[in-house]
Amino acid sequence: MVKQFELKNLCCMNCAREIESGIAAIDGVKSSALNFFTQKLTIEAEEDKLAEALKKAAKVIKRIEPGVKLREI
Amino acid sequence: MKLRLIRIAVGLTAFITALILNVPDFPVKFILYFASFIIAGYDVVIGAVRNLIRGRIFDETFLMSVATVGAFVIGEFPEGAAVMLFYQTGELFQNYAVDKSRRSIKNLLSIRPDYANLKRSEEVVRVSPEEVSPGDLIVVRPGERVPLDGIIVSGSTSVDMSALSGESLPKDLGTGAEIYSGSINMSGLITVSVTKSAGESTVTKILSLVENAVGRKSESEKFISKFARYYTPAVFFAAAVIAVIPPLAIKGAAFSDWIYRALAFLVVSCPCALVISVPLSFFGGIGRASKEGILIKGANYLETLARAETVVFDKTGTLTKGVFRVRETYPAEGITAEELLKTAARAESHSSHPIALSLKAARPSDNPAEVSEVKEHAGFGVSATIGGKEVLVGNAALMERAGMIPLPPSLAGTPVYVAKDGKYMGSILIADEVKEDSAGAVRLLKEGNIGVVMLSGDAYAIAEETARSLGIDRVHAPLLPDEKLGKLEELLKKKSKRGALVFAGDGINDAPSLARADVGVAMGGLGSDAAIDIADMVIMTDEPSKIPRAIKISKKTLKIAGENIAFALIVKAAALVLSALGITSMWMAVFADVGVSCLAVLNSLRALRGGKGSAGKKRPPLQKPV
Repeated sequence: MVKQFELKNLCCMNCAREIESGIAAIDGVKSSALNFFTQKLTIEAEEDKLAEALKKAAKVIKRIEPGVKLREI
Repeated sequence: MKLRLIRIAVGLTAFITALILNVPDFPVKFILYFASFIIAGYDVVIGAVRNLIRGRIFDETFLMSVATVGAFVIGEFPEGAAVMLFYQTGELFQNYAVDKSRRSIKNLLSIRPDYANLKRSEEVVRVSPEEVSPGDLIVVRPGERVPLDGIIVSGSTSVDMSALSGESLPKDLGTGAEIYSGSINMSGLITVSVTKSAGESTVTKILSLVENAVGRKSESEKFISKFARYYTPAVFFAAAVIAVIPPLAIKGAAFSDWIYRALAFLVVSCPCALVISVPLSFFGGIGRASKEGILIKGANYLETLARAETVVFDKTGTLTKGVFRVRETYPAEGITAEELLKTAARAESHSSHPIALSLKAARPSDNPAEVSEVKEHAGFGVSATIGGKEVLVGNAALMERAGMIPLPPSLAGTPVYVAKDGKYMGSILIADEVKEDSAGAVRLLKEGNIGVVMLSGDAYAIAEETARSLGIDRVHAPLLPDEKLGKLEELLKKKSKRGALVFAGDGINDAPSLARADVGVAMGGLGSDAAIDIADMVIMTDEPSKIPRAIKISKKTLKIAGENIAFALIVKAAALVLSALGITSMWMAVFADVGVSCLAVLNSLRALRGGKGSAGKKRPPLQKPV
């Protein structure tokens, strides 16, 4: 199951990298890729753990860059 | 962005007021300076505190907060406020630069169609491309982007495929032709039967390839990450040493003076310029290449490409068109070329062998009705009866078996001999055609001091002649498919340690070689999913000249990334030394941080731009095809 999000107001490369690895560490997430330049986050997760993983991912983003707005695409 | 601008303006007003007012430092000036500092930089301080709580010290906001608050503590109010103002202005510029590059990238990638006109029994409805399934009919009007891959079932038009292949000349397509998503319908109304869902369509594949290319980090990017990990704590430690040791060790040295130096030192140290600009250069280069129909699957490949030392081409389908054509006719005395071709084409009229097809293509409008008793002689050719007379068409052995002496043509290729009623009629030379830009591609590579090698499964004479006409002097033929891989291994062993070997094939038969080479290039990617999947780099069109072009882009990109690294490191090193010696002010230090970042980001935008030989300008064929 692959989900894509747009991350508005993402303004620091380091934070992008931290968000990427932070999400990858969530249980059930197979891969996460955050492109700083297109501000696009792609999360691949196991189907049954997806909802839970996405919730956790949102928390990770909030913790690292509180100003970021998340929008599914 | 606007808010930040207003904050900077208000902060600056308070700052200037304090500067020109002739009142004592306390409390008026202090209040004005402090207000200026808070208005301009409260978010920086809050961010620093937040990061500190989460255990993330050593980041930019922290460095700035420590430096500016420190300036206030040691009584340098104007310095503290000014540095924050300067920093925020720099951030504003940097955000602008990043924003601009994001927009350029978005433009570059804005080839995704947003809707499809789905045809339902009577009406046409506008839906998102995701809602259309294979087998559905869609209508594409002039000026619209083709939303999904499919086959034209009615209408004809010319399409602009530049977004996919970099080819700027429109292509004319009629009923039955394949059409790719992402191309633009230029002239006619067409109905398309969809063959692939949105997720599988060409445009989606290309976009996801380019977007994910940043995932494969280049060596320089890895270096930067590693560098930043050790660098920032090291600098922080050095700053602490500067602040504490000299005042204790040197007689008469004031703490405030050395703390100031340490703070300036801290400000300079931020590695932002590198962290943003280097990946941006690579992404820019990949984006640029994709605009020209060259898909590079990772920053690492772009980097390897710049070190290309040898380019190994497969012959058929890569340097040549892979289509056999009649090249020359050698009629025997008393026979016309016309007669010779006609006889051969008739005898072969029922065959679908590539050679038969090329003979038929040379004489398309012939009537096969009077041909009878066609027999295929495997390994020799065919015999047939035409107008009551026996005709033999085939190789030299077939002629010899019938007691005739074939005259082999002087040029390389596959000769086909023809005899009628026991009499030798002559021979027809069939050969593969060289692509228009092959010779140009070889020349450009050689000019760049890159070795060119050709591998072929054809007979040596044929391969050698093709190579000679293209200016290639290293040929290995004939090679069976698995021998090709062995030859490639051999070449890989011979190359220098730094150099890279590029292999270019058509992507169908060369999968092992594509995987084994440092950079595997598949040609003719448009419409060939297999090629896109296995190669490291895909050339959407059939042009081998895109290989030197890609190498050029990669070199330019690496040069820009290198410039950024060198520029940032030199300016920072100088500023670090100067601030430790107390020669520079904190203002200079802020410039060395944000100023350098801005310039580096703007510089990396150059990687995105075309330059010489970019899309749109078509290079004329450098040598006529033989």
